[in-house]
Amino acid sequence: MTGMKMKNKTLKSNLITYGIVVAAFVVVQILLQTGSLSSLMKGLLIPLCVYVVLAISLNLVVGISGELSLGHAGFMCVGAFASAFFSKCTEASITVGPLRFCLAILTGAVFAGIFGILIGIPVLRLRGDYLAIVTLAFGEIIKNVMNIFYIGVDSNGFHFSTKDQFSLGMEADGKIIINGPQGITGTPKDSTFLIGVILILITLFIVLNLINSRDGRAIMSIRDNRIAAESIGINITKYKLMAFTVSAALAGAAGALYSHNLATLQASKFNFNTSILVLVFVVLGGIGNIRGSVIAAVVLTALPEMLRGLSDYRMLIYAIVLIVMMLFNWAPKALEWRERYFGRFFKKNAKEGE
Amino acid sequence: MKKFSKVISAVTAAAMIAGSMSMMASAEDTFKIGGIGPMTGAASVYGMAVMNAAQIAVDEINEAGGVNGFQLEFNPQDDEHDAEKSVNAYNTLKDWGMQMLLGTVTSAPCIAVSAEAANDNMFLLTPSGSAVDCITAGDNLFRVCFADPDQGTASAKYIGENGLAEKVAAIYDSSDVYSSGIYATFKAEAENQPFEIVAESAFTADSKTDFSAQIQAAKDAGAELVYMPFYYNEASIVFTQAASMDYSPLWFGVDGMDGILSVEGFDTSLAEGVMLLTPFSADAEDDLTKNFVAKYQEQFGEIPNQFAADAYDGIYIMKAALEQCGATPDMDASAISDAMKAAMTEITVDGLTGAGMTWNAEGEPTKSPKAVVIENGAYKGM
Repeated sequence: MTGMKMKNKTLKSNLITYGIVVAAFVVVQILLQTGSLSSLMKGLLIPLCVYVVLAISLNLVVGISGELSLGHAGFMCVGAFASAFFSKCTEASITVGPLRFCLAILTGAVFAGIFGILIGIPVLRLRGDYLAIVTLAFGEIIKNVMNIFYIGVDSNGFHFSTKDQFSLGMEADGKIIINGPQGITGTPKDSTFLIGVILILITLFIVLNLINSRDGRAIMSIRDNRIAAESIGINITKYKLMAFTVSAALAGAAGALYSHNLATLQASKFNFNTSILVLVFVVLGGIGNIRGSVIAAVVLTALPEMLRGLSDYRMLIYAIVLIVMMLFNWAPKALEWRERYFGRFFKKNAKEGE
Repeated sequence: MKKFSKVISAVTAAAMIAGSMSMMASAEDTFKIGGIGPMTGAASVYGMAVMNAAQIAVDEINEAGGVNGFQLEFNPQDDEHDAEKSVNAYNTLKDWGMQMLLGTVTSAPCIAVSAEAANDNMFLLTPSGSAVDCITAGDNLFRVCFADPDQGTASAKYIGENGLAEKVAAIYDSSDVYSSGIYATFKAEAENQPFEIVAESAFTADSKTDFSAQIQAAKDAGAELVYMPFYYNEASIVFTQAASMDYSPLWFGVDGMDGILSVEGFDTSLAEGVMLLTPFSADAEDDLTKNFVAKYQEQFGEIPNQFAADAYDGIYIMKAALEQCGATPDMDASAISDAMKAAMTEITVDGLTGAGMTWNAEGEPTKSPKAVVIENGAYKGM
């Protein structure tokens, strides 16, 4: 009986999350049709999708499997470069934009997933602070390796170098695809808001189903008590690697969406700051709370742009909003205050949970 | 928590709607010029220089009666030297009613914005986006500065033709588009010149505080001249470290070296004899430069660098093009762009960064680079 109730509650909660995304999509479409959406908002739609997907995927590692990862931008980088490379190479052979882009997203996700496994195998033997430091290092390594890649294509096929563009030794008809620190320019602009929203829904579907599955419960049991989980025969490395790889692959898909939205792609974008930015979305949205991640990513991406009118003060206000939200969410006094004024909502929730 | 998230989503929705509504209050009696550049973050020194100088130029023009009888309005936006933020800034300016764009300041964001500008047919003039791809996306894109390849080729030719050295070492920033772009073309041209590159060593943005390894490599290879296609902040460290290692070759820089004499805490005697290619020197004696430097110093308390000079010229170039085609502010951005791109190839502008500047249809300027050498703490033409 209680199990049934729990299931219904989870289903309801998940449907609300999907509903928010679909409702946001419908509202934006209506605004687009009536032409009342500013250019800034139109330009922000795809980045919003990118950061929402990133925040959801990082929440899988940080919130559900309970490991602090500081290298998420590294996987985004792999996905962005792999997909942009794919699109540049197949631009002539696959002329149907959406089809090529779907394949590009898949390519990005697969490559990022492979990197997730490769990095996860050694890294996930560590715990806590050590894991955080090593993921940070891997993120930086991926960025710096991408920075020295030179790949060109001519009539003889692909040329590869890590030195400079002259070492490629290409024929006169060759064109450089990845040009070291200058990265990839001229990626076809295939990203659309519709594909972005579909990607968010797919991400939500994968992550929410994983959380509520047997595997997801195993992952959460490792987070809550590693020794107890080990004692009942849960394969710790396997489940942690599962969460880590799924998260990396989804970040790769977000990277693909990112790289097909801008005409230029450079590895220097995927630095420590980007990883921290995504982590901020996750922490402010509530660790382990997927819907919170979605909302936090949207609010915190849009906020600095909305505040452009305040020019120099906008960064200050952004920082203050971060601090206030943090206090409101986590400070004991703020929790007490919320209890007093919104107490009845919590009581209702508590009853439902019983 | 539930209530809280409801509140948040309501606020977001409200903010979105408010954001989308707050626009379209355009007065039709001013030309609206947008500016995009990094005004915060590591590259802010360049963005601020551009925005300050552009504002000076706009004020000067407005005081003198404007363009075609209309006033100019300038709106600078910050992009934090990030391609994504730069596109956001561009869209913000579009909402404001921008009719032409002076920007963006740095190369990588410029490539992203130029794709949007080409798509919208928005006239774009970048003061300092020197990468080749900054203006290749369309025929409405122009620039004030030299393209990276031109600088690399010009430096190699200059060193070769003047017989400055036989053994040359190079240090460059492999993580930077500007630096690696110039070096790539320098190296290509060096093959045709009577000198040899005996050592090349790179550094990255993450390791630009210690250059002893790179200097040692140049010293061991017996290089007589060291080519340094990067910015002056790093160059000041190189000079200081080389002095402590008793190594004093000829130093050769590019336009990013401009500003070396105003680095705080740097012993300018170490920069004696440094050669650089630059389109602008703040010590020049002509009236135009003197007037600009005095105004800039009075308003912002520092000596302007070449980014400022490029931006100042940029506004005057726009003025010249607007006057040539006789545009009026009631035309929409696309019509102004069509008129201005035709006018750009017809005008000749005398500015701070060169006399008799002209443009070809690809948007590249034609002007001659000036080589200067630092003597007694000041630039001297060569």
